[in-house]
Amino acid sequence: MTGIYLDNNATTRVDPEVLAEMLPLFTQDFGNPSSMHGFGAAVGGKIEWARKQVQALLGAAHDSEVVFTSGGTESDNTAILSALEAYPKKKSIVTSVVEHPAVLALCDYLEKKRGYTVHRIAVDGKGDLDIDAYKAALSEDVAIVSIMWANNETGTIFPIEELAVLAKAVGAVFHTDAVQAVGKIPMKLADSAVDMLSLSGHKLHAPKGIGALYVKRGLRFRPMLRGGHQERSRRAGTENAPGIVGLGAAAQLALVHMQDENTRVKALRDKLEAAILEAVPNCFVTGNPANRLPNTANVAFEYIEGEAILLLLNEHGIAASSGSACTSGSLEPSHVMRAMGVPYTAAHGATRFSLSRETTEAEIDRVIAVVPGIIERLRSLSPYWAGAGAAPKAFAPTYA
Amino acid sequence: MWNYTDKVKEHFFNPKNAGVLDGANAVGEVGSITCGDALKLMMNVNPATNVIEDARFQTFGCGSAIASSSALTEMIIGKTVDEALLLTNRDIAEYLGGLPPEKMHCSVMGAEALRAAISAYKGEEWDDDHEEGELVCKCFGIDAAMIERAVTVNGLTTLEEVTHYTKAGGSCQTCHEKIEDVLEAVLAKTGALKPAKAHAPGTVGLDAILPLKPKEAPAAAAPKLTNVQRMQAIMLAIEEIRPQIQKDGGDVELVDIDGKDIYVRLSGACSGCSQSAGTMMGVQMKLVEKLGEFIRVKPASLMPAGA
Repeated sequence: MTGIYLDNNATTRVDPEVLAEMLPLFTQDFGNPSSMHGFGAAVGGKIEWARKQVQALLGAAHDSEVVFTSGGTESDNTAILSALEAYPKKKSIVTSVVEHPAVLALCDYLEKKRGYTVHRIAVDGKGDLDIDAYKAALSEDVAIVSIMWANNETGTIFPIEELAVLAKAVGAVFHTDAVQAVGKIPMKLADSAVDMLSLSGHKLHAPKGIGALYVKRGLRFRPMLRGGHQERSRRAGTENAPGIVGLGAAAQLALVHMQDENTRVKALRDKLEAAILEAVPNCFVTGNPANRLPNTANVAFEYIEGEAILLLLNEHGIAASSGSACTSGSLEPSHVMRAMGVPYTAAHGATRFSLSRETTEAEIDRVIAVVPGIIERLRSLSPYWAGAGAAPKAFAPTYA
Repeated sequence: MWNYTDKVKEHFFNPKNAGVLDGANAVGEVGSITCGDALKLMMNVNPATNVIEDARFQTFGCGSAIASSSALTEMIIGKTVDEALLLTNRDIAEYLGGLPPEKMHCSVMGAEALRAAISAYKGEEWDDDHEEGELVCKCFGIDAAMIERAVTVNGLTTLEEVTHYTKAGGSCQTCHEKIEDVLEAVLAKTGALKPAKAHAPGTVGLDAILPLKPKEAPAAAAPKLTNVQRMQAIMLAIEEIRPQIQKDGGDVELVDIDGKDIYVRLSGACSGCSQSAGTMMGVQMKLVEKLGEFIRVKPASLMPAGA
């Protein structure tokens, strides 16, 4: 499959350099690192090398603060369940309405089945967190706060350090799902109040099925998976050695490319956005334009539906993503769009373009050339479209 | 990525009859922008002959919604209003070579828009024109009548299927019990209490509902009609349908009744016609309606040997 891949918030291509580091782990250095022989020792050394690379990317004080997991979802589940178990008398959780389902669905479950009180902090029209509501929700009954660093749909960045300091003031554990932020935002967790942080390999050009949880030294921790002493008994199970080494290599490369991500890639994103806004009437950027990930553009096109947009983009070899209901098999537009109060006239047409360091200017120019025609074509089919700038056509369905 | 058939892709990428039809005298509008899809069907019906001479659509929605709308217009142009009324959402899905289960509601939207347009043409109150409060699913504005139709036409047996076909219950989920009540009421009425087999992977076509046949249903549990009354009712219903089919140069005759299997023979223009499956469905719907029980109409060629 070749084409223009602008869905890097969904997953990224494994960097060939990452793959090259991984390959020997399959057929050559295949030993179990726990084994008492040379086969195992070679692998153990590589795993510790990878741990140091992730430590460097996060700016963590100690490499032992990095626990390898299977990915973002496992890290999120581990972090929240660990805090609840470590502080059994505390019965409240604070999170936000725009979290990834890995956090939201777990919180729903804990609320329904385990009797926890869950505070879901709202966001405003730009996706920024309601800080007053956040402060009001904090209390000594809060075992854990789990707030994402950057939103996967809009790229909007939350003020993580400020939130972490506030949480620590009431004695709560602070966890952040940083799956979208790691590798794009410089971090120095050594100087931070953040207690735990989730990251996922496949969002930063490592393979799927590998991730990590940062656990600050000294934090009370309870494992989710039991069974072995691996990862200092914090995550049982024989190590995914090729994945871990791949994540280490990817972390190293992410540091190298961090500057590029925040300058060249950001400029391409801004160019794409500005060109679409200029050429296409009745569309707008969702999220906070002043405070976003450098690679993410989410544009809501009014009066048309996202899946149809994606299918037509795909015909031009362009891969993007949508917050529309139809793409997921759910029947509701994305919870992030609804939480921001994006009107239904536009929420179904929200389209996300997420770039990476592999994106070229020629690709962006191609997308700019194609998008206006696609939008116009679908609008010509839509019963709501009445022309640029015009109010939507009166359209009174028999049931609504 | 949805597994769309080539036919769906063809009708999405190159929709037929898209746009506004000036001077349309039969317009049906269903769905809403809140729900994520909406269809405005515009038709030009000749008042002298009741033939749909032209049809166009405007659709807000996903690929399969646009494809279903396009297919619908192709299917109804040239038909009389009464012939068009025999079309069901299954005919639309079948015309497209099947739709993913989660997308069947797109075909239902097409069928509902057709009914709305024809009701408008005839100056009838559409039976979906309900008062506030009769809605089963408030999120998507779905009433019991629409759920009943989808269940009957498609042989649905589970809550999940109802959601796939009508969207009802797909959002806040508070109406799930109400939907189950409607579903159970319809199933009790039709006697189709056996659960359907799982759908064929990927798509739903005509054969997906075949397992519904309640083979082991005890004859005693059936209708208040005596066998003779029932036979007469079936014969009468078929006689009522014949004139419509004869208008197309075809004919239908009753061959045998075997419990819930009604065997008929299509002849004339119907034999070998690509729409004959649709005609069978039309006959079946009519009989289900008349008898108040679930039966299956089958071609005589499928009669068990020696029966």
